[in-house]
Amino acid sequence: MKTIGLLAACALMAAGAAAAQDRNLGRNLAAQCANCHGTNGQSQGGIPGLAGQGRAYLIAQMNAFKTGQRSGPASTIMHQLAKGYTDEQIALMADFFAAQKPGK
Amino acid sequence: MKTTSQGVLPRRDFLKFSGAAGALALAGCASTGAPPQKLGRVIVIGGGYGGATAAKYLRMWSEGAVEVFMIEMNREFVSCPLSNLVLGGSRRIEDVTRGYAGLREHGVQVINDEVTAVNVDKKTVSLRKIQDLQYDRLIVAPGVDFLFDQVGSLKDTKVQEQVLHAWKAGPQTVALRRQLEAMRDGGVYVLSIPRAPYRCPPGPYERACQVAHYFKTAKPRSKVIILDANEDVVSKAGLFKAQWNGQYKGIVEYRNNSEVKDVKAASRSAVLDIGADVQADVLNVVPPMRAGNIAQQAGLITANNRWCGVDWLTMESTARPGIHVLGDATLSAPAMPKSGHMANQHAKVAAAAIIELMSGRAPSATPMMANTCYSFVDDKNVVHVASVHAYDPKDRTMKAVPGSGGLSSAPSELEGSYGNAWARNIWHDMLG
Repeated sequence: MKTIGLLAACALMAAGAAAAQDRNLGRNLAAQCANCHGTNGQSQGGIPGLAGQGRAYLIAQMNAFKTGQRSGPASTIMHQLAKGYTDEQIALMADFFAAQKPGK
Repeated sequence: MKTTSQGVLPRRDFLKFSGAAGALALAGCASTGAPPQKLGRVIVIGGGYGGATAAKYLRMWSEGAVEVFMIEMNREFVSCPLSNLVLGGSRRIEDVTRGYAGLREHGVQVINDEVTAVNVDKKTVSLRKIQDLQYDRLIVAPGVDFLFDQVGSLKDTKVQEQVLHAWKAGPQTVALRRQLEAMRDGGVYVLSIPRAPYRCPPGPYERACQVAHYFKTAKPRSKVIILDANEDVVSKAGLFKAQWNGQYKGIVEYRNNSEVKDVKAASRSAVLDIGADVQADVLNVVPPMRAGNIAQQAGLITANNRWCGVDWLTMESTARPGIHVLGDATLSAPAMPKSGHMANQHAKVAAAAIIELMSGRAPSATPMMANTCYSFVDDKNVVHVASVHAYDPKDRTMKAVPGSGGLSSAPSELEGSYGNAWARNIWHDMLG
């Protein structure tokens, strides 16, 4: 375990020379959604808001899009976008949106 | 005055209405918590999809620690996306126009002026109306300017007044709509498309659909001829061709490999490099383009005398440290379109990186960007193209994530409603 930890730390330091592990990764990943779903997931209407939705619900929806469970008329575009993200990235975005105040 | 459902003033309204007293109160808070560290000043040149988004997100994400000046020569923002609907007649230019008041509420100092020069060594910008301004970091989001000299007599400004591009939404959009309204039934509208890359890959084909929609309803004997310098339709090819062979059959004629090299203003003719002139009643030439003029003056253009190379981790220019370039002006990464949506995503990567850099930290090593582009094939039905891009550390560029992205299977009114909602949300994301 110690060795793995040390290796991870070395890898981080190597990456840190030019660029670093993102301390705002969830926020920055979630900012990709804001164009359509509103700043911080607070939608201006017409597209579902994500702010304040439950973490488990958001992850389940993204997985349903990703696996094709939610497709056909139930998905116009999200099944294509969801495939661009790993489970880890989806969880980080869900964490971020779950912590936001619901839209105005 | 707007209140939330709880009857509490939103934060930005609180700040606006509390004014100087609020500033004092905030200063008073310093004794109980860490004072907001002032990180320095960023000047943003250009208030379009890239520049305005960067200005807002710099303020929001730095919690006011970055001072932001945004310099924009137009008093209002006019959206290129959706502006083709003004040509089709289902929208007015007012419907795609928004103000900058929301950015001011975020503490962005919006300056209505034009930057005439970037003085790289002094880290200042010179402006037309006011004195030079100093920056710590500069964002250049100038959009595109046109290479009129590649279209013969179109370099003559008198000819430019008659043969419109309408590829920057605003007065030209309105003027082109007037030309279409004044055209006789049975007339011909000719649209010339430059070689890719150009701003908004599906835009010209959407425009052809919009004009065809107008003709079909108001001037049914009229025709649309597309003269495309490219080998094939650059974006959403199958979807657009299905429209031209479907609801616009007999109205739209598509000609590939048809590069317009000159125009004859008197006869409203397009001169092709090969073949006979094409005469029009309304001639609409989208000229080849490059990064906006100020990018050239600032020495940011690195590729083909046209586009600005950037480090995709930070959007920082590969030619000028401390200057970041956004949007259509950049040398696009593979499979990355020049779109307003993409410019918004560039802006967020830049804003996050700039705050980290100004705080003495390294920027994120793993930026991502997504693109969504809706095209209206008539007044209600819409098709999309979508993609997701992630940073590839080996090749140091953004690459489409394998297996992600795609197109609509067919136009739909449901996507029409999403197209409209997209506009509402992205305009608020950049300006609100």
